[in-house]
Amino acid sequence: MTHTLGRPDFDLITAWIAPGDRVLDLGCGDGTLLRHLIDTRGVHGWGVEIDDANILAAIKNGINVIQGNLERPLDEFADQAFDHVVLSRTLQTVRHTEGILREMLRVGREAVISFPNFAYWKNLRSVLDGRMPVSEDLPYQWYDSPNVRFFTLLDFEALCDKMGLVIRERHVLDEEGNLVEHEVNFLGSLAVYRLTLKR
Amino acid sequence: MPGQSVGVVATQRAHFDQPLQLRSGGVLPAYDLVYETYGTLNAAKSNAILVCHALSGNHHIAGHYADDPQNIGWWDNIVGPGRPLDTDKFFIVGLNNLGGCHGSTGPSTLNPATGKPWGADFPMVAVIDWVRAQARLADLLGIDSWAAVMGGSLGGMQALRWSITYPDRVRNTIVIAAAPRLSAQNIAFNDVARQAILTDPDFHGGHFYEHNTRPVRGLRLARMLGHITYLSDDQMGEKFGRGLRNEALSYHFGVEFEVESYLRYQGDKFAGHFDANTYLLMTKALDYFDPAREDNGNLTATMARSKASFLVISFSTDWRFSPARSKEIVAALLANSRNVSYADISLNFGHDSFLMYDAHYHDVIDAYLRNIKL
Repeated sequence: MTHTLGRPDFDLITAWIAPGDRVLDLGCGDGTLLRHLIDTRGVHGWGVEIDDANILAAIKNGINVIQGNLERPLDEFADQAFDHVVLSRTLQTVRHTEGILREMLRVGREAVISFPNFAYWKNLRSVLDGRMPVSEDLPYQWYDSPNVRFFTLLDFEALCDKMGLVIRERHVLDEEGNLVEHEVNFLGSLAVYRLTLKR
Repeated sequence: MPGQSVGVVATQRAHFDQPLQLRSGGVLPAYDLVYETYGTLNAAKSNAILVCHALSGNHHIAGHYADDPQNIGWWDNIVGPGRPLDTDKFFIVGLNNLGGCHGSTGPSTLNPATGKPWGADFPMVAVIDWVRAQARLADLLGIDSWAAVMGGSLGGMQALRWSITYPDRVRNTIVIAAAPRLSAQNIAFNDVARQAILTDPDFHGGHFYEHNTRPVRGLRLARMLGHITYLSDDQMGEKFGRGLRNEALSYHFGVEFEVESYLRYQGDKFAGHFDANTYLLMTKALDYFDPAREDNGNLTATMARSKASFLVISFSTDWRFSPARSKEIVAALLANSRNVSYADISLNFGHDSFLMYDAHYHDVIDAYLRNIKL
């Protein structure tokens, strides 16, 4: 199966976004996803990035990018300013997990979040073998990883429950990007969620 | 740094006979503006960039004069073939603002009504007046719409004002190291600088020209104070620390510390050529700048009038107009769904960073300008 820009989660995220929507991509990197959403969905997009090289790359990509730190409140964004606030493969790098989730649903109607599942069976096997996992979706060595939070689908869903966030939709993918239907917390390498506040 | 200088440049002068109504209530019946251009205006006249100057700047942005090769423009490092303001692609315009002292009509030029220098009689000018005068220069040059209007500090405020007052004449706005309005602390620093000039016995109520003197002491103090606010504490620490001119302390009021020597040198250099009345006018224009005043302080309502895309840049060590001040502009633009990018550049030179060459800083401007449609 081939995926947009080699990122299976991008296809799922793109499918959830309607033409002309207002999208904020937190940790937008070089703006690849926003560029794709602008080109295929005609969205109005803005990204937030902390890294200088990514700021430059996003501007080169013709993306609106705001330099900022996801560990702090997103003060420059007004309440409910966006249809979708995207956090793709970034939640595990943020220390203030509850803070960023709350901010996403303050500035946006819907949060779209993808993250690697630490309980994926290959990761578990790696730990049982005595080594920290390195995989398609957790591609770093323990000593150079930007990830600061390691959690599973069940962990995330428990946090959503505690925070009163409603899971509207969930897709789980294996390492090849194929949809996983059963035993998702064991067989899934990457998860993509749509969240809202209770309505 | 990559690219080349524009090389030899020449100053031009334009005379305007149509009276200019000023924000302060005064009227300038006629005036001159001096300006420089670099590069070639394309047939569609769509590649023009206006660069607005800050407090002590002028029309000589880049290059040098054939008869004065040492006189290099104040932002030469960003203008020229292969540089962000690429003269192979863009037509760059710089001018000396009204009230200036580098050739445009100002306090040191002759008042036609009296035949004497305007001095203190020169009307108070605001940023919006400068922008209206700049629009007339654009008319003269045949430029309906600027590809970009940009500037640092007070220059960035003019760019912001352009986007609000002439939304159909600016396609991109680059606002660097600026603020949407001055803070009380900003105004306080400006007032101390002005008091230094106003209380100098050689000021003569602004009519010092007739007394063949200049308020050099006041102007020198004003510049020394201003200069402190342009630098960062870290940078001063690194550059001077507690270094001494001589090896031992000498217990007198002359120059002992290196930083004193530096500041006095900067003050003397500036006071030797700059006009005191212009300094007063420029600092007042800064103090008065507050475009959101028209909307009861609601900057979001003000920026709703703009149509341009924006690049906003701040510097991590700038405490005169800190990154938080730039973010106020960004927030007002985001609230209006404007196209805006914002970069906070890590540079050690405080407010003055905007004039320095830094690869990342210049790359950001270069990348932004490369993507704009002509």
